[in-house]
Amino acid sequence: MEVLVSQALVSGILMGLVFSLIALGLTIIFGVMNIVNFAHGEFLMIGMYAAYWSAVILSMEPLLTLPIAAAIGFVLGIASYYLLVRHLLRGPMIAQLLGTFGLMLFLRYLALFIFGPNFKTLSKGVLIGKTFMMGPVVIDWSKFFVGLLSLVSFLLVYWIINYTKTGKALLATSIDAEAASYMGIKTEWMNGLAWGLGGATVGIAGALLINFYYVYPTVGILFCMLAFATVALGGFGSIKGAFLAGLIIGLIETFFGQFVSSELKFAVIYALYFIVVALRPEGMFGWK
Amino acid sequence: MLKVDKIEVKYGGMPVIHEVSFEINEGELVSMVGANGAGKTTILKTIEGRLHPTKGKIEFENEDISKSSTSDAVRRGITYIPQERRIFTPLSVEENLRLGAYSLKDKEKIEENLEYVYKLFPILKERRKQKGGTFSGGEQQMLAIARGLMASPKLLMLDEPSLGLMPKLVTEVLEVVKKLSEEGHTILLVEQNVREALELADRAYVLQTGRTIQEGTGEELLQSDIVKKAFLGI
Repeated sequence: MEVLVSQALVSGILMGLVFSLIALGLTIIFGVMNIVNFAHGEFLMIGMYAAYWSAVILSMEPLLTLPIAAAIGFVLGIASYYLLVRHLLRGPMIAQLLGTFGLMLFLRYLALFIFGPNFKTLSKGVLIGKTFMMGPVVIDWSKFFVGLLSLVSFLLVYWIINYTKTGKALLATSIDAEAASYMGIKTEWMNGLAWGLGGATVGIAGALLINFYYVYPTVGILFCMLAFATVALGGFGSIKGAFLAGLIIGLIETFFGQFVSSELKFAVIYALYFIVVALRPEGMFGWK
Repeated sequence: MLKVDKIEVKYGGMPVIHEVSFEINEGELVSMVGANGAGKTTILKTIEGRLHPTKGKIEFENEDISKSSTSDAVRRGITYIPQERRIFTPLSVEENLRLGAYSLKDKEKIEENLEYVYKLFPILKERRKQKGGTFSGGEQQMLAIARGLMASPKLLMLDEPSLGLMPKLVTEVLEVVKKLSEEGHTILLVEQNVREALELADRAYVLQTGRTIQEGTGEELLQSDIVKKAFLGI
């Protein structure tokens, strides 16, 4: 029993780190612009395909596809902002909701058309299929590295936002965009940058996931819903909140999956989310 | 330095500024007074590039800035200290101040400005690690002014700096404005305390429903019938 618990604990934390990274982009975009990006899961799916096809076509080691997926995610985020979201801002709230919802459907079905409905998974890579023992616990090298690199990516973005000039400007824009503009900050570009960062981080998450998860055009649904729960649990716009909530959700997912039932685990996650939202509508860590 | 020439500004399709003209010379303290809704804030935001005139022209240092963006206006040296201060409350005093210098590239200049505002407001130095949100209204106003000064402004526009402050603090804030003016800063002051604003000013303009209806030295306007009747209750 103890072995099983330790096993679930390790898997839960490693998976939770990935959930945190996925939620990071969503919370940054919400924090800066008060917009929920429904297409976030599709950004993840595109990151996964980007890594998958780079690995297959260019025979690349999957881990080395991270920069490619990050760059594609960055461009995708910026393009979504300048081509679509920027125009939605002039409309009512509902236009913004339906706008990114439409983007989600567009990207999903475009992927279905281009890549077909089949599941694709990588079979070659330094980490794939290898395990190691930590005491009695068996750990996949792929999951271990994916968790570690998720943590590194998360901390890097956290550092950029809190300790660089551009990051501070992004933070200022998220607190009060009009006041930020009086500092000479180009808030329009900050909005675009939030989308770029959001796309890049979720792109990296996608490239990491492909090391042990299969990709298909609708893979974003599950992860996007989990990311929504993570962001709501942690507090909309809160980066620290997204980190802790990601870990909590990772742990619930593995513990319930392992000891109760894998059908029930998602219901439990959303039940927890309902409880938190009912007691603290601003999420566990409030606002920012 | 700044020349506003017969501008019209629309807000939500309706003109709120009909025909406003005024100018500010280097080193002057110019006050703009008028009732609530006369369009004072709109004028400041138009100079800062948040809004754009539909007619007329704004020139700064002999260049047309009517269509400039806000970031461009800041880079040219026009700094707007907004109504209700708009401090970044979750950030520390020093973070707020450094954001004020966002438009500057020269790192030495930023440190120099930081020294300058800390000397001007020693309390900010003492509490530089504290979050802006923990400050009282008066202290936040000092922080907002200091943050504005961080950009090395050529023209400082203050929008109702005494709004919502206790009488004692109103005097204190206006003392700061006076001091800045004496140090050579060029200032455009919008103020609801008409008497004090006119006493401080080198020159002043009276605004009514989107038009400049009178101008003169502060002294002259204090004696004028319109000001006496409309604002001073004499």
